[in-house]
Amino acid sequence: MAESGSRLLVADDNKVNRLLLGRSLEQLGHRVAMAENGRVALEMLRRESFDLLLLDMEMPEMTGFEVLEQMVSDLHLRDLPVIVTSSLEGVAHVARCIELGADDYLPKPVNPVLLKARIGSSLEKKRLRDQQKELVKRFATSEVAQDLQQSGFALGGKRIEGTVMFCDIRGFTSITEQQSAEETIELLNTFYTLMFDAITGAGGVVNQMVGDGLMSIFGAPLPLADPCGSAVRAAREMIELIEMLNVERQAGGKAALAIGIGIATGSMIAGYTGTHTRATYTCIGDAVNLAARLEAHTKDAGRPILVDGATAAALGDRATLEALGEVQLKGKAAPVAVFAVPTA
Amino acid sequence: MSHTTIDPAIFAELKDTAGADFVADLVATFTDEEAPQMLAELRDALAAGSAERFRRAAHSLKSNAMTFGALPLGELARGLELGGLPADAAPVDALQAELARAADALRGLCRG
Repeated sequence: MAESGSRLLVADDNKVNRLLLGRSLEQLGHRVAMAENGRVALEMLRRESFDLLLLDMEMPEMTGFEVLEQMVSDLHLRDLPVIVTSSLEGVAHVARCIELGADDYLPKPVNPVLLKARIGSSLEKKRLRDQQKELVKRFATSEVAQDLQQSGFALGGKRIEGTVMFCDIRGFTSITEQQSAEETIELLNTFYTLMFDAITGAGGVVNQMVGDGLMSIFGAPLPLADPCGSAVRAAREMIELIEMLNVERQAGGKAALAIGIGIATGSMIAGYTGTHTRATYTCIGDAVNLAARLEAHTKDAGRPILVDGATAAALGDRATLEALGEVQLKGKAAPVAVFAVPTA
Repeated sequence: MSHTTIDPAIFAELKDTAGADFVADLVATFTDEEAPQMLAELRDALAAGSAERFRRAAHSLKSNAMTFGALPLGELARGLELGGLPADAAPVDALQAELARAADALRGLCRG
């Protein structure tokens, strides 16, 4: 049975109704908990995890309508399927339940065949919704997923002040030539795990992974108090993590990895680009371009972390940077000031 | 008599789907615990002049009566639910008499 093992909550002040509904649900293979009024039901929903709520409308202390109203404004409860079971007279009540977000309405006495069908369909819908949320999390980032869930999806962006970081593995092509494809995939997975850890730990969001490189944003979609400081902190930790990985790799007779990181700060447009069916969260602006150029320049400069003037200015005297002077970067009309972040 | 006290088809279906032992317990819960409380609530609400409490108690009784197939009892309770506070206790007395008949019939059906 597809819905077997689901955990359901029955909220009904009438004991006979509660017992009978509980019995029917247990016969369908579900685990059932009971609440004798709306207030108790809401407390249980906030404390424990349920797959579906069967809700009576007419209850003391807190009515079913009030429960529905509270659930709509609760981020953790608003997606929980609700089937209203009631013997309230009048179609207006049914309409109000649906308006308040109830999935379905079953008149009492509840017909067991209808009950089974409605519950099966509601649980299936919930399963699909959960699956969708999981997918969004896997392919976006939890910040983007949250932003999507709260504000919905719309192509286009908004102007933000933020810091962009590009990172990639030096000489990756020659590494791949020395090992099997399986080893390369494993290396990339380890690399990404470590980099994600450092970046998200500092408050950044990885929004693109291409081959052996990645792009991350500090300050969007959610604002950060100190995007420059966070980005530089992440960069230093990334270098440290790679050094730790190298100790392990060299012990196993493998070549050491080297990464380059470019960081730039400024005004940019952040948002979704693509089409309505396939889109990606990204940032567009001079700072993005500059960060990519700085990352490419780490090789020539012989320094693993390079930042632009705006990032250096924002850091102030919090970090002793090495000024590398004005550098003519590829694709830039005028030379730009480049600074290296010292690594331990 | 237009109706039997308990609609035999509804009660038989309840027994078939929920199980005879479970229904016997459920009937006892209704006749011995819940229904007397609802009846007391109807009388208290009437004495206190609380139309809302009266309506709720009648609503609850209607709901359970329909579950067991006690259709005449359900109809009386529904009349009270929708009719507002009655002028005197006569409709509640009538309901109590029908409730006693329904409770007897239900107990009999559980034994049979």
